Amino acid sequence: MAAYVIRRLLQMIPTLLGVLLLVFLLFKMVGGDPAEILGGLNASAQQINEIRQQLGLNEPWYVQLWIYFKSIVTFDWGRSWATQEAVSSIFATRLPATLTVMLPILVLDTVIALPIAMWVAYRRGSLADRTLMVVTTVALSISFLVYIIIGQYVFGFQLGWFPVQGWSDSLGTNLVTYVPLPLILALMVGVAPQTRLYRTFLLDELGQDYVRTARAKGMTERTVLFSHVLRNALIPIITNVALVLPGVFVGSFLIEVFFSIPGLGREIILAVNRSDYPVIQAVAIYLAMLTMLINLGADILYKLVDPRVVLK
Amino acid sequence: MSAVLNQVPAMVAQRPEGVWRAAWKRLRADHVGMGSMAVVLLFILLILFAASGLIAKGWQKEVGVPSAPPTFMGPAPKVESTTIPVPKGPNVDISSVDPLAPRYKEWDERAAKFKSEETVKAETLPFGADRLGRDVLAKATKGTQTSVFVGLMGAAIAALIGTLLGAAAGFFGGKIGDFLEWLYSVFTAMPDILLLLVFAVIFGRGIGSVAIILALVGWTSVYRQVRAEFLKHSTRDYVRSAEAIGASTASRMFRHILPNVSHVILVRMSLLVVAFIKFEVILSYLGLGVGVDDVSWGTMLAESQSELILGYWWQLVAATGFMAVFVTAFSLFTDALRDALDPKLRGLE
Repeated sequence: MAAYVIRRLLQMIPTLLGVLLLVFLLFKMVGGDPAEILGGLNASAQQINEIRQQLGLNEPWYVQLWIYFKSIVTFDWGRSWATQEAVSSIFATRLPATLTVMLPILVLDTVIALPIAMWVAYRRGSLADRTLMVVTTVALSISFLVYIIIGQYVFGFQLGWFPVQGWSDSLGTNLVTYVPLPLILALMVGVAPQTRLYRTFLLDELGQDYVRTARAKGMTERTVLFSHVLRNALIPIITNVALVLPGVFVGSFLIEVFFSIPGLGREIILAVNRSDYPVIQAVAIYLAMLTMLINLGADILYKLVDPRVVLK
Repeated sequence: MSAVLNQVPAMVAQRPEGVWRAAWKRLRADHVGMGSMAVVLLFILLILFAASGLIAKGWQKEVGVPSAPPTFMGPAPKVESTTIPVPKGPNVDISSVDPLAPRYKEWDERAAKFKSEETVKAETLPFGADRLGRDVLAKATKGTQTSVFVGLMGAAIAALIGTLLGAAAGFFGGKIGDFLEWLYSVFTAMPDILLLLVFAVIFGRGIGSVAIILALVGWTSVYRQVRAEFLKHSTRDYVRSAEAIGASTASRMFRHILPNVSHVILVRMSLLVVAFIKFEVILSYLGLGVGVDDVSWGTMLAESQSELILGYWWQLVAATGFMAVFVTAFSLFTDALRDALDPKLRGLE
């Protein structure tokens, strides 16, 4: 097991180097001159030259790449160009808000979608199953934007059940007051595709021979469904959760922008609008690392769920 | 009788049904698939008309009063214009102290040289008007053109990149395969939306750049599948026979294998179209999508947010309605296409 983890960690290095190179090249080749962006419209040639000197932009590209590489290895991401805030402190202060919204969404998405999926998969082809499939297709065709715009208008503005937007310093207030509305809207959009997906996973398992065997042995439907089918369907379900988990850390851009939640997603949008390269680069690389670690975690989890899985 | 019997061997000798013909047969039997295809074709027709300038050409013209309601609601109630009451008392001649008085006559003469035409602005429009008085129906038509074009174009470019790289990786393997696998792992190491934003910063706004951004992010799913198919096909007998009779590498890849996997690419591509249209809406809303002079479903939704608070709901409904109908029809069509072309994939996703 330890050997496996170490090998997987080593395998991440080339991918990570690739991500570094991709981000570096993109911003270097196509991204325009950061000194001109930083200096603003009224900067003189001398000022721009000074900024270039300061950022090391007058060095040859391989020196720049080295500076860049060093900053990443030492976790010294530098400072935001727009606000002079250290990028590490941006992460530290914005991430809690993002997780406060996104973790409940992820957990509830899964917890709600799974029973529905089991129910409709078990009654495949029934009216409930077909109705659900049609409803999810239509629900999915409408942009999340529309849900937020209408939800905010109806529940926040017209009915006044929730504040339209806002955030506080206390976790309790946030969870009780500010999270519910984005949470409900995200669930309205998120549960449908999850249900569809889990339904497919469960249907795959329900058609297997072991289900027939279990039934033939006279096991109750409950045992068949919960201890046989569910356990086997867990692998694709874990894969799917692992797939969306990295997204949790950037948050939903739309939710954070609409509800004025001071999270990482909104920060990224701000950075994008201000061409704040250090922040965007740091987020991209940090998230790539996280994604790979989560994938590794998921693979280890498979082993725990399914003893047949051989890690190699 | 004998004539009928004689025909039988001829029919048997016919070529077996091609994959496309068989798929068309399966698709024709699928009522939902055919219905959704008709809707998609109608939309394509609409887009062609809009692109050629036959309809919705003047979507930027302010043809109605600002925020004119849809026709069925009738014109907006007239707001009593509040005027300052005329002061009572004698009208004092202030021309002796008014510093502008000597020039009034000159200005009147100059003003008389210009003719101003009073354009009649419609009180109501079929789908209402936006904040500037532009026809929402024309905007939605033009927006459909932009959004669908971006989706189709992006998916086509993504399919091209994914097919070329996937074919190379699957067919050659070895060093090239390793390199492309590495490239794939780099592009999939970040969540899609983040990669989209990184590209959006660099490429800027505009219909073309949005399509390219989407393609650069979306090619990986095509690559994955095309590579798997090429891996499988490259060792098949028909490809080896082609090699034996001297078919070149390019010919084997693109004349022999590609037609056998093209249905997979088509299905992947249409899945991408739906995803790209949704991404375009989000990017445009965030101000990273199409240019300021273009209209798309995303920019319409962005405008409608502030209109809704004032009670002008029609732009929101128009954009949502067009999008919902098209995306639903296209998704159903994709499902039917997948069932028809690749029965193995049935029920997935």
